[in-house]
Amino acid sequence: MSDIVEKTLTALPGLFLQNQLGGGAASIKASFSSRLGGLVRGITALTSKHEEEKLIQQELSSLKATVSAPTTTLKMMKECMVRLIYCEMLGYDASFGYIHAIKLAQQGNLLEKRVGYLAVSLFLHENHELLLLLVNTVVKDLQSTNLVEVCMALTVVSQIFPREMIPAVLPLIEDKLQHSKEIIRRKAVLALYKFYLIAPNQVQHIHIKFRKALCDRDAGVMAASLHIYLRMIKENSSGYKDLTGSFVTILKQVVGGKLPVDFNYHSVPAPWLQIQLLRILGLLGKDDQRTSELMYDVLDESLRRAELNHNITYAILFECVHTVYSIYPKSELLEKAAKCIGKFVLSPKINLKYLGLKALTYVIQQDPSLALQHQMTIIECLDHPDPIIKRETLELLYRITNAQNITVIVQKMLEYLHQSKEEYIIINLVGKIAELAEKYAPDNAWFIQTMNAVFSVGGDVIHPDIPNNFLRLLAEGFDDETEDQQLRLYAVQSYLTLLDVENVLYPQRFLQVMSWVLGEYSYLLDKETPQEVITRLYKLLVNGSISSETKAWLIAAVTKLTTQAHSSDIVERLIQEYTRSLDTCMRQHAFELKHLHENVELMKSVLPVDKSCEDLVVDASLSFLDGFVAEGLSQGAAPYKPHHQRQEEKFSQEKVLNFEPYGLSFSSSGFTGRQSPAGISLGSDISGNSAEMGLKETNSLKLEGVKKLWGKEGYLPKKESTVGDEAESQPVPQDNVKMENIDQTITKKDQPQVHMQSKEEKEKQLLASSLFVGLGSENTINLLGKADTVSHKFRRKSKVKEIKSGEATSAHNMTCSSFSSLSNAAYEEDYYLDVLQNREDKELKKISLNSEYLDSESFTELHVVEKLSNCNLSAPSLFADNNLEIFHPSQSTTASVANEVSIAAALLEEPTEHMHSDLMEICNNETISVTSYKIWKDDCLLMVWSVANKSGSELKSANLEIAPAENFKITEQPECCLPMIEAESTKNFQHSVQMEKSFTEGTLSGFINYQMMDSHSVQLEFSVTLSLLDFIRPLKISTEDFGKLWLSFANDVKQNVKMSGSQAALPSTLKTLQKKLRLHIVDIIGNEGLLACQLLPSTPCLLHFRVHADVLALWFRSSCSTLPDYLLYQCQKVVEGS
Amino acid sequence: MIQAILVFNNHGKPRLVRFYQRFSEEIQQQIVRETFHLVLKRDDNICNFLEGGSLIGGSDYKLIYRHYATLYFVFCVDSSESELGILDLIQVFVETLDKCFENVCELDLIFHMDKVHYILQEVVMGGMVLETNMNEIVAQIEAQNKLEKSEGGLSAAPARAVSAVKNLNLPEIPRNINIGDLNIKVPNLSQFV
Repeated sequence: MSDIVEKTLTALPGLFLQNQLGGGAASIKASFSSRLGGLVRGITALTSKHEEEKLIQQELSSLKATVSAPTTTLKMMKECMVRLIYCEMLGYDASFGYIHAIKLAQQGNLLEKRVGYLAVSLFLHENHELLLLLVNTVVKDLQSTNLVEVCMALTVVSQIFPREMIPAVLPLIEDKLQHSKEIIRRKAVLALYKFYLIAPNQVQHIHIKFRKALCDRDAGVMAASLHIYLRMIKENSSGYKDLTGSFVTILKQVVGGKLPVDFNYHSVPAPWLQIQLLRILGLLGKDDQRTSELMYDVLDESLRRAELNHNITYAILFECVHTVYSIYPKSELLEKAAKCIGKFVLSPKINLKYLGLKALTYVIQQDPSLALQHQMTIIECLDHPDPIIKRETLELLYRITNAQNITVIVQKMLEYLHQSKEEYIIINLVGKIAELAEKYAPDNAWFIQTMNAVFSVGGDVIHPDIPNNFLRLLAEGFDDETEDQQLRLYAVQSYLTLLDVENVLYPQRFLQVMSWVLGEYSYLLDKETPQEVITRLYKLLVNGSISSETKAWLIAAVTKLTTQAHSSDIVERLIQEYTRSLDTCMRQHAFELKHLHENVELMKSVLPVDKSCEDLVVDASLSFLDGFVAEGLSQGAAPYKPHHQRQEEKFSQEKVLNFEPYGLSFSSSGFTGRQSPAGISLGSDISGNSAEMGLKETNSLKLEGVKKLWGKEGYLPKKESTVGDEAESQPVPQDNVKMENIDQTITKKDQPQVHMQSKEEKEKQLLASSLFVGLGSENTINLLGKADTVSHKFRRKSKVKEIKSGEATSAHNMTCSSFSSLSNAAYEEDYYLDVLQNREDKELKKISLNSEYLDSESFTELHVVEKLSNCNLSAPSLFADNNLEIFHPSQSTTASVANEVSIAAALLEEPTEHMHSDLMEICNNETISVTSYKIWKDDCLLMVWSVANKSGSELKSANLEIAPAENFKITEQPECCLPMIEAESTKNFQHSVQMEKSFTEGTLSGFINYQMMDSHSVQLEFSVTLSLLDFIRPLKISTEDFGKLWLSFANDVKQNVKMSGSQAALPSTLKTLQKKLRLHIVDIIGNEGLLACQLLPSTPCLLHFRVHADVLALWFRSSCSTLPDYLLYQCQKVVEGS
Repeated sequence: MIQAILVFNNHGKPRLVRFYQRFSEEIQQQIVRETFHLVLKRDDNICNFLEGGSLIGGSDYKLIYRHYATLYFVFCVDSSESELGILDLIQVFVETLDKCFENVCELDLIFHMDKVHYILQEVVMGGMVLETNMNEIVAQIEAQNKLEKSEGGLSAAPARAVSAVKNLNLPEIPRNINIGDLNIKVPNLSQFV
């Protein structure tokens, strides 16, 4: 290195000399171009940041003067821009120059324009207001005959362009797709891709042109179009299956060396193109045997051709392996791919080793034996000096964790955690440890100690779910009550020991966990009295380093313990101290404690021992205040009106426009439970009684421990159950036996080698055998679901909350009671009890339907509910049986099927219940006809297929199946297989569809098969199109909530649409929109209308309409960036159509 | 997609900063600083991939970097890019710089920041890889340079001047001249101007 410096030094005089010579004639020019040099020199000469700042500020102010001086020529401006770019790069604000950059791009000659465009693309961002000034320039340059100008314009468009101005340039860019120059076509394709990214709906109509680009005669243009296809296929692979053949052909030609030699890189033909194609094939072939079969040959060819001579061939190989493992498996290819992974893992090059580990992590779900093969390499990687390699290894181990190797793996993870300082890594890893510990903990002591480590290392950056889940686990317990108690006792003891260590500071979150556990479970201690625990807590409380949030947890714990301690000086002292505290929250707690302390009986009933899991009934309607209100009214007080109602009245009185933004004109008002029916139904969720409310406000203790029964998606336990279903129905004992066998074989295999190896090696072997225990080829490890064949120690019970209300206890069993009490609490309808009486003769069945039907709205229609409950409220006894999350859908009977069908029919007859689409025939033949319609339910899309048997004979074992689609989660209602369909009758099937990934249009395909009397089976395929619109639901909010939400959303779009009618047409237009797009009209104020909707599950979008003469100004905002765009497009369609 | 391309020297001084995703000015500076600290800690003989951390989008993002003598080239990409592919793309970019500047060094990047940007624009456009063929890129740049030559003959002078500084042996991977202590060498520059 030093000799290079020397060379530089000797060469430098030459530079100056040349510069001097080069000057002379155009000395002004030279002085300007070297200004940047002067600046750079100045900066590097400085020693402190402060001096640099001073210098740059000086420079900037002189630049400011220059750029704004009228005498400055464009040439000088060009130099100034470069210096401004330099200053901005160093992080100084040069915003005064932005407008000049735009000017330069507008007015300059080619060279100046180029600098101008560059400066604009570096300075501004997509939403910058100045960018609008650039649009005209871009339009002009796109039409230029000069290729360089067109190129520059296309480049700047693909870097930054205002979304709302896309229509202005779109046709011009589309034209460029036919340009004779390859480079222009290529840039145009990428510019269109950029548009697709920021506003997909605006380029919807040119998809056919993308296809043309894919078939372009120039390979470069084709390569550019692959960017678009990779993206679109990732979003919706089913729509592009027809292109598989083309991609395969292209890849075949590339691999076969058919491209010009220009495309070679280190004699590999177009490697980046190959990588792109392999990725696309992987996406297309996923879970699709037919498509995958098309690509087996070319993949084999790629694997064979990639000779390992350069880095880039490894890149191709890696993609190949990835694709082979993504598509429908073929054993031959898998074998070859596995060999390739071996090459990566065993490579001495570290980059390849890293990728090898990554590939292993990816394929381990399909082939756990690969991990066994490479176990020694993995062990070595665990101690690799590179932390990135180590982390990837841990990621791999995380995937193969089971009950036998958990201790070793978690220990390794903790070791890594102690060395790592990056917050991001800590959060990530700590979460994993907590998850594993919860799943596979071998015993109580280990579990608590591991969680202690998690809390102390994770500190206050850990995800809040971790302490919450931990506490819930402790509170809810497991199947065995005595074991629960032991776990709790162990936790209490370990925390007391930790607190006794002097001069150690624990993170706040950990202290909060400790204080909750100590408060709840100290009663389990036999040696220490509650007083002693209180003393320790008090010691913490007076510690200066405790945050006020933690203090609240501590006081809550003390309050709970005071019930058990008969008298305590410390409590007295604490009350004395904190009733005078300046912190109002603390003072509140202290007063609560004081008053409770004075009334021991009340205290005991308010704070019962070990009842953290019990639900409390809360009267959210505040009916106990009715007397007070009645008294007030009788004395002439005005009846209460909620805030929004008052606002409305004010508006209707004043009849003036509201010029203020919505968010500001409304002060926030609290939740008015008395008025809203939803508030009452929420009551069961926000359990607690008024005496405890004070505690809850800050630490929300009980809420965390309490399992939510009702949520947005309906009845919650159902969800978990269906997930758990698959995993746990596997034959547990059998697998256990298998694994033990494998363990033995591993140890046997290891034994003969042990003698030969050094001690170090022996240690590694030992580690390996402890790490890879329980991994065998027969033993499938499901990555995503983490399906476990080992029985868990800490399996959560699906506890259904028991609520102690009078009627509830009269019911038969636990779940039954919870159901009735819930419904009682929420709706005060006692017909449910009758329903439950009838329940006993029914079979076990999924309760999924309940959740879907029993949501707030459907309750208004009582007769429907009644019907539903008749057939559906049959599930509960299952919980009482074994407390496991297992359902037996197979046990459903024909009787319930009949019921099911009648509900669907009932729903159809009752259009007011949920909106639904018209009937549409999707397929038919001479015997059957399948029609379908969509029911837009509040939480999902329900597809109802009705199969009509047109023939005179009955059909046997009719079965309707829907193929899994990437974007949707399809939940099959249990009766998708009918033993028979009678002659000339109609049967219904249902699927509820939920969106998993956003898309604009997707297809749902499936088939129906049945057997005729003469016993040959017939299969009919069909598909229906679903659009994003099917997942848009009204969002019922008040005007003030609208105002609040409006300010909180960042993504917005605006557009003006010509309207045919006059201003008076606004309400009718909104009505049409409401009907067609399923929006909710929040408010209409003068010539403005507010609408709201949400994309399921819960992405809200707010719509604002304002009429001006015959122009309707649309302004949409949402938390999601693409939703407003989409809605804009749809609204436009509706408005222009009406 | 490529989120950002950063070039800085061994002292963390930014030499090229190009973001393809919107970040505020302060965040950009913070990203440059943190990225520098991340890569500085790493030896040359360990792997060239890093996780982006919380600042630049979480675990879906990777930092892929190469270290050439005095300069670090860092590409921040999301999971849709191939790691090894990007690693070679950096090589292509640097080799192209080397061709355009005739044995590139850090000085070129400082004094011809705009040119470096133009070259980059031909390689990566709006976060997408546009061209990986070095000859093609150089041809594009030369087409633009022709304009430059015809329009302002003397603006090319500094380029010639700087290229005179460079050592002439062309190694396989372009090496750069360490000008960490630039202040020693350049102070006389002004007297010639």
